[in-house]
Amino acid sequence: MNKSSSKKQIKVNALDSITIRFAGDSGDGIQLVGHQFADAAAIAGNDLSTLPDYPSEVRSPAGSLGGVSGFQLTFGDESVMTPGTRPNVLIAMNPAALIVNIKNIDKGSIIIANSDAFTPAALEKAGYSSNPLEDGTLSNYRLLSVPVNTLTENTLKDSGLTKAQVLKCKNFYILGIMYWMYDLPVEPTSEWIKVKFKKTPELAKANQLVLAAGYAYSEATEMFDARFQVKKSPVVPGKYRNLTGNEAAAYALITAAKLLKRKLFYGSYPITPATEILQTLAKHKANDVVIYQAEDEIAAVCSSIGAAFAGCLASTGTSGPGLSLKAEALGLAVIAELPLVVVNVQRGGPSTGLPTKTEQSDLMQAIYGRHGESPLVVLAASSPADCFTTTLEGARIAVKYMTPVIVLTNAYLSNGSEPFRIPKLKELPRFDIPKMPAPESFKPYSRDPETLARPWAYAGLKGYEHRVGGLEKADGTGNVSHDPENHELMSKLRAEKIARVVAEIPPTKVYGESEGELLVLGWGSTFGAITQAVNEAKKTGLKVSSAHVKHMNPLPPDLGTIMRRFRKILVPEENFGQFRMMLRAAYAVEPIGLNKMQGQALNSDEVLAKITEIMRGN
Amino acid sequence: METAKLTAKDFASTLPVKWCPGCGDFAILNQIQKTMAGMGLPHEKYAVISGIGCSSRFPYYVNTYGFHSIHGRACAVASGVKLSNPELAVWVVTGDGDGLSIGGNHMLHTIRRNIGLKVVLFNNRIYAMTKGQASPTTLQGAKTKSTPMGVIDYPFNPTRFAAGLDCTFVARGIDTDMAGNAMILERAAKHKGTAFVEILQKCVPFTDKEFDYLKDPATKEDLILRIEHGKPLVFGKNKEKGIVFRNFKAEIIEFKPGAVPAEVAIYDETNADMAYLVSGLEGPEFPIPVGVFRVEEKTPFEALYYEQVAAIGDTKENELETLLTGPDAWEVK
Repeated sequence: MNKSSSKKQIKVNALDSITIRFAGDSGDGIQLVGHQFADAAAIAGNDLSTLPDYPSEVRSPAGSLGGVSGFQLTFGDESVMTPGTRPNVLIAMNPAALIVNIKNIDKGSIIIANSDAFTPAALEKAGYSSNPLEDGTLSNYRLLSVPVNTLTENTLKDSGLTKAQVLKCKNFYILGIMYWMYDLPVEPTSEWIKVKFKKTPELAKANQLVLAAGYAYSEATEMFDARFQVKKSPVVPGKYRNLTGNEAAAYALITAAKLLKRKLFYGSYPITPATEILQTLAKHKANDVVIYQAEDEIAAVCSSIGAAFAGCLASTGTSGPGLSLKAEALGLAVIAELPLVVVNVQRGGPSTGLPTKTEQSDLMQAIYGRHGESPLVVLAASSPADCFTTTLEGARIAVKYMTPVIVLTNAYLSNGSEPFRIPKLKELPRFDIPKMPAPESFKPYSRDPETLARPWAYAGLKGYEHRVGGLEKADGTGNVSHDPENHELMSKLRAEKIARVVAEIPPTKVYGESEGELLVLGWGSTFGAITQAVNEAKKTGLKVSSAHVKHMNPLPPDLGTIMRRFRKILVPEENFGQFRMMLRAAYAVEPIGLNKMQGQALNSDEVLAKITEIMRGN
Repeated sequence: METAKLTAKDFASTLPVKWCPGCGDFAILNQIQKTMAGMGLPHEKYAVISGIGCSSRFPYYVNTYGFHSIHGRACAVASGVKLSNPELAVWVVTGDGDGLSIGGNHMLHTIRRNIGLKVVLFNNRIYAMTKGQASPTTLQGAKTKSTPMGVIDYPFNPTRFAAGLDCTFVARGIDTDMAGNAMILERAAKHKGTAFVEILQKCVPFTDKEFDYLKDPATKEDLILRIEHGKPLVFGKNKEKGIVFRNFKAEIIEFKPGAVPAEVAIYDETNADMAYLVSGLEGPEFPIPVGVFRVEEKTPFEALYYEQVAAIGDTKENELETLLTGPDAWEVK
């Protein structure tokens, strides 16, 4: 049905990539439609990147500006690195969605509006004095006014459903239109509807009808003068699926436990935007996954520490406020030298801050946010799919070095999605744990000479009964010790153990020339924006390189050498310069900062503008 | 499972015990070691988890797996251990401050879940390790270092706290009452689900005289009510006093020794409401009740968890590749 059977002569435009923003009331099913569109685009072979953007209230008042929910995605060829800056297409399901988003839409772009929602009351609530669909204010855009409610009601007039049930289907009408416009198949969504509504076949049928009707409407009506074919991405062969960063982290934890041949334990307390990790894992309890929804953030991390003591691959996930609450227990995991993976999905802070918005401002807290000298390993993921690789790497390091590891993602990565190439089993890393001595020669705090990790003698193992705890340990025996010199020795050993994790860090890749005028040095979620900006800068003839850091503590051993090959270093980050401060302290360099604190991801335009400013010497 | 007979000595670690001479903790340690030895489980199947405070030193002195965690969090750590490996016998040793103040939230959720932990709360009515501040069980009016003018807080009654939460096993003992504690701890050890045991325990430096009246042969029989399932609630040197309930209110009546009137309540440990009423009896009007207040067989959390998992059965997704592929993968050639 997707294969162009248009009876009219409709121009098909080929595009490298396209950015679409769905927007409507938070109860309009915008996120659902966005995810479905992303899956369809991915199945059609596009690379893509998505960004859900929703209010923190579950349901704000209908039609209010605060209640506008958005879902943006860019899809196309392999150049797609971010969900895009300025949408080429805006779908506005009501006046509030239009007024909130119009400032980001360039003249000439397409706006598809649900005209039925532009009632006098809704217009007034959004702050319009007249109807923008009719008063000419949108004459510089390609406005497509579609009475979605009416069309949906007409489609379902014989369905026997109530009006409220009928109107709930309207988001699939829009989706049908979009599938036609971008030449995407409707079948995957139609299948998905069948499964999703299997208990209510009448609703399944209604939604499928509406989806098909939207597609047919687009084909039949003369309203649309163009449809678009977006270039496919020449991806590496293999099996793919679309994963959000949170799903990717969850699957990485299960994978890690399987590779380690232990149970996975995930102790967690619900918190935005990390909750989907718990929810994803909860679906896989049959898979040796023990999930524990604890009474609070502290119990979440403490139960995980208990699970590590009992031999599980222990993990927990949280966001800023939760990481603060877990700080004391993380110190316990440091001194008890137990493996623990903590996925911290960063959000806007401080305090409750911006729960659903993104930031990179927990870097310092992750590395230093505990009392005492309390070193642990910190990694940062760079894309939704990279949340898999990074979390898996975090787990591997945790058990090899017997240490807590914090994996930093953020709201941008955790809610965003991209195609994830499903790894073959033989591509997955090997999981090693410290060698266990025989029971007779066992000492709880003896160390592997290479990694300095202590043996993982977990509760239940015969012959290795021992006691651990938060009091300082005597070297070797692990008995309580208040000896001054022992405390210094143990503090040094704990620090040295983490320092030795550099052995796990591959050489840092420099993208572009290996030396020159400007190195854009990023970490974590800014990878896409930086890479895209550097690509564009190169196209304009600017000699600029970039590098990206995943291992935040310890830092890659080659970072100092790389930085010294460039005259200037630009560090873009979504905080006031935390990574920049670390670089200054560790390497006595003076990077230039590009800092954004708006609860929104840095985009490639902003990075490009800064690159241009520096290179032009302004 | 190992069947070799173990003794209390087998459960003693080699570390020197660092409690003040005369501390009530010694007697409790002894009794718990004896109880463990009597269960027929080998050392490695025990995990003793504690928080912070004098009582929380306990794991160091028991030859099993032990974890001296952080203040208030013993129940949380222990829940992770138990859920990870339900085969382990997991004991939590805590105090009135550790378990009911900083760790109060974990305590109440432990009881709510009925997870299989044996929680022994040493109640000395003081923060001893920090050298003498009022705790949540310190009685009103007590002068401590943090309350030089006397405590104004209303205290918790730990046993009633547990009974009020419908804990499936609730008991109270007195540190020096070896026979009583032996019975209580053994029953707690065998209980499936959360067992909550309060042990009244003196602290030599700060609350040395706190429970003397319960130990003085001249007075103790008038001040202690030993409750026993199926037996009338009688006390006194000659068992000449009993508890009756009139309009759900307890009253003391006296009678001729041996002639217990029918009106005297017969204790029923399976009755949650009775446990709540009786655990609320306090001095000076009433004797302090000790013994097992409440026993209920209710499937523990960890059993429910693994029953749920077993009900899912074997699924294809147990293969890592199938799991990662999920239902909606596509192939790129």
